[in-house]
Amino acid sequence: MEVRDANAAMLSNYEVYQLLTDLKEKRKEMVKNKHSTGQQNLNTIMYETLKYLSKTPCAHQNPDTVKEFLTAMLPHKLTKAEKLQLFNHRPQTAVEIQLMVEESEERLTEEQIDELIQKVTDVLPGDPQKAGDVSADPEMETDQ
Amino acid sequence: MFVLVEMVDTVRIPPWSFHRQLNEAIAEELNKKLANKVVYNVGLCVCLYDVTKLEDSFIFPGDGASHTKVHFRYVVFHPFLDEILVGKIKGCSAEGVHVSLGLFDDIIIPPESLQQPAKFDEAEQLWVWEYETDEGAHDLFMDRGEDIRFRVVDEVFIDTSPTGPSTEKEAPSAATAPPAGAEDSAPQKEAPYTLIVRILDIAIMSI
Repeated sequence: MEVRDANAAMLSNYEVYQLLTDLKEKRKEMVKNKHSTGQQNLNTIMYETLKYLSKTPCAHQNPDTVKEFLTAMLPHKLTKAEKLQLFNHRPQTAVEIQLMVEESEERLTEEQIDELIQKVTDVLPGDPQKAGDVSADPEMETDQ
Repeated sequence: MFVLVEMVDTVRIPPWSFHRQLNEAIAEELNKKLANKVVYNVGLCVCLYDVTKLEDSFIFPGDGASHTKVHFRYVVFHPFLDEILVGKIKGCSAEGVHVSLGLFDDIIIPPESLQQPAKFDEAEQLWVWEYETDEGAHDLFMDRGEDIRFRVVDEVFIDTSPTGPSTEKEAPSAATAPPAGAEDSAPQKEAPYTLIVRILDIAIMSI
């Protein structure tokens, strides 16, 4: 076995989550025909990864989210790794942004950080349960 | 957290699988070989992403199975340096705090990377972070099952392929042979892929 390129592309959590859910559906249909015992490793890793990813923000994302997010991030000049981290984690506080963006004190002013948080919260869907509590406040502010 | 790795391998399809679609049989064989396994210097393989190229299949004399060279891409868990991840504390030992991600367990926070000052509480087998504020000293215990946010600092790959027979000649008596064998096999449980991480100075543990 030969590894041609150990870093051909970076994948977001959402893409892996999508891939694994599709694979799970396909395997459910196949299992009706034949039960194979050699796939235990695949089952284990799929189960664990889906369990972990379902608790992250990626479980609520869809293909349009990716496009919207990348367009929204264009003016901020972030590296690919930083955009990926923001997409995977959906930071809500300035502290989290400072951790994910390198040298954020030099590259981003406080207003830009707030703008980033606002964009992230708007573009990326969060947990529907928590969003129900949070969305009440911004609506009140816009009314005033 | 995940990367796409391009690989090439020769896949052997046994004759009893010839009735299946070639793509499906190859996908199953590749997943059987690589899923949930660590590839040296690459990472923990998760699942097949796609097959980019299938070369001609050959049958060699003496073996009824077909051999096909496959170019494919595999999803691999391989966090990059300085990446932020969230995991659960699995336990603590003198070596540091062990964190788990569910799919991947061998993540360790060495004592130097914990918030200073930190000390190991022998009674509860937990690391404690003592920090002093204006009000007084507080102890934050690194409890098991707590969510923790950390940054990847280093990764260690160990080649755990089996080594050849030892070159030392052991005494043929049955009394000495089993203990010698036990000594060799017992400490052999090294993780092939370990992540060394540091806890974040600014962020607090609770999310």
